[in-house]
Amino acid sequence: MFRWFNSDKGSAVERFVQRDALKPIELLPWILAIAAYYVFPSYLPLGSQILLTILFAISLDLALGYAGIITLGHAAFFGAGAYAAGLYALHVTGEPLSGLVVAGLAGGILGFLSGLVILRTSGLTLIMLTLAVLLLVQEFANRARPITGGADGLSGISMKPIFGQFRFDLFGHTAYWYCLIVLFFVWLFALLLVRSPFGRALTGVRENVTRMHAIGAPVRRRLVTVYTISAVLAGIAGGLLAQTSQFVGLATLGFERSGEIVIMLVLGGIGRIYGAFVGVVIFMIAQDTFAKADPAFWSFWVGLMLVLIVLFARGGALGVVDQALRWVRKVRR
Amino acid sequence: MDAFFAAVVSILFHGLAYAMILYVISVGLSVTMGLMGFVNLAHGVFAMLGGYVMTTLMNRYGMPFGWALLSAFVAVALVSVVLERTLYSRLYRAGELEQVLFSIGIVFMAVAFVRYAWGPLPQRMVVPELLRGSFDIWSRSFPTYRTFLIVVSFAVIAALWLGIERTNFGAQIRAAVDNRRMAESLGINTGRLFTLTFALGSGLAAFGGGIGADILAINPQYAQDYLIYFLMVVAVGGLGSIRGPFVAALLLGIGDTACRYLVPEFGAFFLFASMMGILLWRPTGLFGKA
Repeated sequence: MFRWFNSDKGSAVERFVQRDALKPIELLPWILAIAAYYVFPSYLPLGSQILLTILFAISLDLALGYAGIITLGHAAFFGAGAYAAGLYALHVTGEPLSGLVVAGLAGGILGFLSGLVILRTSGLTLIMLTLAVLLLVQEFANRARPITGGADGLSGISMKPIFGQFRFDLFGHTAYWYCLIVLFFVWLFALLLVRSPFGRALTGVRENVTRMHAIGAPVRRRLVTVYTISAVLAGIAGGLLAQTSQFVGLATLGFERSGEIVIMLVLGGIGRIYGAFVGVVIFMIAQDTFAKADPAFWSFWVGLMLVLIVLFARGGALGVVDQALRWVRKVRR
Repeated sequence: MDAFFAAVVSILFHGLAYAMILYVISVGLSVTMGLMGFVNLAHGVFAMLGGYVMTTLMNRYGMPFGWALLSAFVAVALVSVVLERTLYSRLYRAGELEQVLFSIGIVFMAVAFVRYAWGPLPQRMVVPELLRGSFDIWSRSFPTYRTFLIVVSFAVIAALWLGIERTNFGAQIRAAVDNRRMAESLGINTGRLFTLTFALGSGLAAFGGGIGADILAINPQYAQDYLIYFLMVVAVGGLGSIRGPFVAALLLGIGDTACRYLVPEFGAFFLFASMMGILLWRPTGLFGKA
């Protein structure tokens, strides 16, 4: 094989070919997640929440981190999925896997239709339109009382066992594994997607949309596609919430959920999939510890953290780790 | 027929008062966004602070209404200059996402600060003796304070428009919004211009928050709850425009009041739907630069 230069880490070509190979460290989240199951058995409900929020954050990362679509309305798809899964379980069947499909479809359809119209715009207008979609869906769910239960939400959802085998138990053992396995497949899918030519094209749109237009890339089609995919995944996350908590309320569509998921992703680092894992885990554990005692205190620190990240650490937690590693390597040399 | 007429008059009157508040608060946001392209989601914080400063001066220190309002304007304008010089100015060249996140962070901190300092309950707004009650025109009664609010806001808006159109400072702002680089090469110090405009806009927001405290209640959630309305006024009106947000505020104020009055069961559904429609029809807003 032709070698650009000799180095102990292999050639540039080899590195280029292998840059997408799974590294051992990428299995770390899964080892930790399985370890957490045995170490913290009393925190399993929180664990399931964290897992499905990671899924939600990954879905946002595809749109925000890779394609650069700034959205404050991503909870619209999460909520659509949650309500779809809840209604499906109430009126059709409590079978969970087909419920997830329905949830993903609901999110996807809403994402496709809204993406088709709003992704023509950019900047503040786009941010406003993502918010408008969220507010419309929210207002609809609030007012369509006979269908959605309005402010009371959907309760009395009962789920059948997964594959007719694994019953959802009171302590959340099944729910934890269920969320973990769904998240695992979504993670695999997201990795394949962002490392595919399609994923590279998205990064191109984010970095320089004019150039992408100039080389003839179908920018809008790419954006609508990724927005739809992202909405499907968000819908699945919502469906997981509906099925594991057996309740769907208006909070699934809340502006807070939209804002918080952006904050969690930014905290971990956007455009790198693993930022979702790191950010969500840090944020939700901190929230569980501090927010109940004093909500005002909590929101102050979240605000301060955002300002500091923007001013000093644009890459989030993983960005800081990257920089530290680079610095260590430089010092060693 | 008479009932219908009464409803129309009532909707127009209350809608107008609401629209004035929205415009006075949002106009500064439109100019600063147009001038520096800064996506500032924290503008409502200045209105909220204005409301707090005013109600505190009145309720706790017994300051007369007019002076309290003026103090709110000055205090918030000063605070905003400090924020602009130390924080905002670092992010003019940053991307939209950074600006959005930064300003959301400011909102979170302000909400927490206000909750600590003033507690979670809404602030009491005591209307001065002279402006209480209502008066009658053609056997219809109008609340005195709201009428006062409309008149004063109109005066402020007229002064603002005259200032923008007729003074040197206003001409500089218009030049910088139209073409910042050209304005800079003509020797206009756009950095200083922006600081001043930012202060003026924030002061006006504080003024609007204060005078409108009886329509938009002053509470810790203020900056979050009404944010969407201020942004709607700016986005629908058109960034950088002075008149656009006025039209947008009128549409929003009267439209929202009409919806609440006529079809309360739909809530704000039509409002958001029409905003979507307008923004899809004209992505840069009604009066925005293409």
